Amino acid sequence: MNLIKFLDEFTTDKMQEPMTSRRAMFGQLGSLGKKAALAAVPFGLATASNKAMAQSTGDVVGVLNLALTLEYLEDEFYAMALDSGVLSNNAKAEAIYMQISKHESQHVDFLTAAIEGAGADPVAKPSFDFTVGGTFDPFNENGAGQATAYAQLLALAQAFEDTGVRAYKGQAANLMGSAGVLTAALQIHSVEARHASEIRRLRGLEGWITGNERGAGMPAATQAVYDGATTEANIIQGGLDVTTLGSGSPFTMDAATQAYDEILTGDEAVTIASLFIES
Amino acid sequence: MKKKKSIEVKTQTVGRNRRNFLKVSGLALAGSSLLLASCSDDDDSGNMMGGGTFDLGTGDVGVLNYAYALEQLEAAFYTNVVNGSFYASASADEKAILLDLYNHEVNHREFFKAAIGANVPMEQQLTADLEFDFSSVDFGNRDSVLGTARVLEDTGVSAYNGAGQYIQTAVYLTLAGKIVSVEARHAAAIRSIINGSADYTAFAGDDIIDDNGLDLAASPAEVISAAGGFFVTPFTYNNPGA
Repeated sequence: MNLIKFLDEFTTDKMQEPMTSRRAMFGQLGSLGKKAALAAVPFGLATASNKAMAQSTGDVVGVLNLALTLEYLEDEFYAMALDSGVLSNNAKAEAIYMQISKHESQHVDFLTAAIEGAGADPVAKPSFDFTVGGTFDPFNENGAGQATAYAQLLALAQAFEDTGVRAYKGQAANLMGSAGVLTAALQIHSVEARHASEIRRLRGLEGWITGNERGAGMPAATQAVYDGATTEANIIQGGLDVTTLGSGSPFTMDAATQAYDEILTGDEAVTIASLFIES
Repeated sequence: MKKKKSIEVKTQTVGRNRRNFLKVSGLALAGSSLLLASCSDDDDSGNMMGGGTFDLGTGDVGVLNYAYALEQLEAAFYTNVVNGSFYASASADEKAILLDLYNHEVNHREFFKAAIGANVPMEQQLTADLEFDFSSVDFGNRDSVLGTARVLEDTGVSAYNGAGQYIQTAVYLTLAGKIVSVEARHAAAIRSIINGSADYTAFAGDDIIDDNGLDLAASPAEVISAAGGFFVTPFTYNNPGA
């Protein structure tokens, strides 16, 4: 299955309506330049084809193909990171990347088998551009230098892992009724969360997300990872304001937002991934 | 209605099993003050059984009560850690992490208390006052505190992952997802500081992540038997599936 066709069909939520937020998103990502805007192909396609709601709730294969797309991205990123030599002077970072790389590769294989097992076609692996048209140089291919490349390599890993956690979480409800698939997706989801925690701590941050802060050293372009229709700063859980359930340190804004991760919708996850997809 | 088969572990074996529980990674052991029952098609949704033992219930009610029990356990543990001024050798980084975990788990506990209070009939609500026995933990000792934290966090992840399938309402499943990923972030951080430079892969180590890259998922019976040594107040979870 062609990736763009898949992304086109994966239009879960009101692609027509939020033009303002879409413009805001482009504005936010403006620093990435024209290439980034062009990379956000699914917007245009979805708007043009008017296929809103094409993906019905409970489209298990659609969910798995979205997951596979995100895993392709992570798998290739970590493999290229390890090949780049940028980590070769840092035993800790290299060991962490190797462990994560192994898991992302396993996730690609697992999801591919699951989709084929369901009698469907796994989405084709896209071509990725982790420089986002030359904005970044995480593999030190364009002369950024080791230190800059290393910082970008870690920043991108944090963005991908925190995105992965939110994206899987956003799809869980679409897997209700398919107990085996749901459980496996939850098992991948918590592995992504372990990765996210470790990468964040490797970067000197806490393992959890405070408010919708992307954290020190994260490029402004990654803010979309912490925003969305429900931002990471959300404090209303199941209709309850979790800052009001008691007094003291557990009920501060910081603690109350750290204690709950939030979802990304399918569209939001696709938008973020699309920045790194050439075709 | 089929006859319930209850397994009651006698009190005198609890201490030993509790110690074993801390040695093993967390999901293997039986032994607790809980009644583990099987083979029941009782459709009661959280109630007092004949013997006066509370059953967590079925479907959404069961998972809410189950999560509440586990969050009460975690919150009680970290409350002891924080109130005990941590262990003597705790670094500033370790204290900050443990204080965050205390904050998060207390918030989770109070969330489930409020959510259950608002959505579950009174007679099906798990008590807010579960009693715990932490006599097996040396709160002055780094290995004991961090080792217990690791077991509790990994067990929490496995419990939420294993119970997701019993949730019947989308909003509750999403809520469980919001919490389990934070538990996984905790587990990774605790495992990382326990192992340090001895094993940089411990945050998602091969001891817990399988060859498909999948995290732990455990049935309620497995979780209750793993964490059971800490529970003093008995309860059962006979029919998680609706």
